Amino acid sequence: MSCWQTIQDYGLRSIGIGERLLPKENFTLCEHFTLIGSGMIWNVYFGALALFTGFFFATALAVAKGSDNRWLRKPAEWFIFLFRGSPLFIQFFFAYFLFLNLKGVIPFFSPFTAAWLGALIVLFCNTAAYTAEIFYGALRSIPKGDTDAADAYGMSGWPRFRRIVWPTMLRLAWPAYTNEAIFLFHATTLVYFSSFPAWRQKGDALYYANYFADKTFNPFIPYPILAMYFIMVTLLIVALFGVINKRLNRHLPVERRVRMRFRLNLMR
Amino acid sequence: MFSYCSDPETLGSFGWFSCYLTTGVHMSFYLSFIKVLLLLAVTAPVALGVGFWGAMSARSRIIPLSWVGKTYIALVRGVPDIAFFLFFVIALDQAFEWTRHKILCPDWDQPIRQGADFLVCTQAKLPLGSAPQWVHESYGFSLAVITFAIVFGAFAANVLYGAMRAVPREQIETAEAYGMTHAQAFWRILVPQMWVYALPGLSNLWMVLIKATPLLFLLGIEDIVYWARELGGTKTPKFTSYPHGDWRMWYFLFLLVFYLAFTRVSEVVLERLMGRLTHGQATSGGEAQRKAAV
Repeated sequence: MSCWQTIQDYGLRSIGIGERLLPKENFTLCEHFTLIGSGMIWNVYFGALALFTGFFFATALAVAKGSDNRWLRKPAEWFIFLFRGSPLFIQFFFAYFLFLNLKGVIPFFSPFTAAWLGALIVLFCNTAAYTAEIFYGALRSIPKGDTDAADAYGMSGWPRFRRIVWPTMLRLAWPAYTNEAIFLFHATTLVYFSSFPAWRQKGDALYYANYFADKTFNPFIPYPILAMYFIMVTLLIVALFGVINKRLNRHLPVERRVRMRFRLNLMR
Repeated sequence: MFSYCSDPETLGSFGWFSCYLTTGVHMSFYLSFIKVLLLLAVTAPVALGVGFWGAMSARSRIIPLSWVGKTYIALVRGVPDIAFFLFFVIALDQAFEWTRHKILCPDWDQPIRQGADFLVCTQAKLPLGSAPQWVHESYGFSLAVITFAIVFGAFAANVLYGAMRAVPREQIETAEAYGMTHAQAFWRILVPQMWVYALPGLSNLWMVLIKATPLLFLLGIEDIVYWARELGGTKTPKFTSYPHGDWRMWYFLFLLVFYLAFTRVSEVVLERLMGRLTHGQATSGGEAQRKAAV
């Protein structure tokens, strides 16, 4: 079977298009690359969607945590502590069994036990909490001069936030937020290893890599392929976020720009 | 455990729970918490040691050695950790068995990798097929420790590498002016001073390490996640005198609370430690303490 045939059969296997049965024996390198790459669709789906939706929630959380009002501050603080203080792995397990129990009572919750929605919600809350902490730190280090200037222009409330505080917050938080994005993508590999079932063997990249490693008892081929895919995604994120960082800093003289520094020492 | 537990059906809810939570399997569940703490206690110093070697080789003047160090740091951090855990458990096991096979059975003529099988001679099996159960368990546990040490060693190496570079250059220059060799300046001047710079990163790493412990489950250890799944599942009266529905949610809620509490306690302790260490230091933290005292 030619490699082109394999790509046609298994290229979209992870979302249920193409050959139904996974290869059983005599795995070729092409099959490794195609299936693991096909699994990456799910990693990108979880990562991109959680990152995008989490971004807005995180902004709200950060503002709430910085607010003077107790009723806004306390819930935000607790939410952030809850999701940053516990392992993501345990959060996935707990959420899955919670949704399973809720499903028994109210049928409305049945889609939540599937990974595409249930795991997405957990990732959304998780990344929102981590990002909110980053944004909160940035909010607190906004230069006094910026807000003074806003006051001098007579800005207050929403326009002040929208035009002064928010862009500056993003600019200051962006390097740390880039790291958060990278780690969120790495964290998406946990989904199918916590309880969320891979229905009809539609799993993510690690699910297929693990499938090959289990079948061949040879970890030296599938995992390096997986690593290669993830390094590619990481580089893509770095490039993409670098462009945005440039745009956020475009009004500043070169020496005052926020540099991208990659401190990848986070894990969930 | 208690004498009144012989017939659980007659008990009220409080008595029932006191019996239920002290059954033999629950004792294994509690024991697995000790296992997790033990893993943390063993891994943290080992990973720190590995990290120290990694940082040392990354800043080595021998170019190939510094490449090795830098590649190690970059590679481990660029790939999802869970993939490393899954990879190393098989890879380490095979590496050990392969080495033993080469030493113990030199006249073995068949290939080790036969299709989907990995075959070594009987004497090279690790642990030996005849070994008692506890050897198997501790072998699995030490594989887990090595895996954790490799992954966290890279993170620690990164922190220490940064800390070594944060020590002011003048300090080393002074040492050189006194005629110290490169090694002497490293051990006598750089290493004692770098810890203050390393501590924030290392305490962050400790938090991360705590949160990585549930991944033990993936390494095939019977840890807290394993037992929570086992014990929480639906039990029918046929097999146990304590039947119940699907309680896994409550078990995992308990684990969640356990981790939150553990994180909180660590935070408080590390904050105090940092306060102690910054006392009198020429850093912004030390300066803030001086101002607050006045």
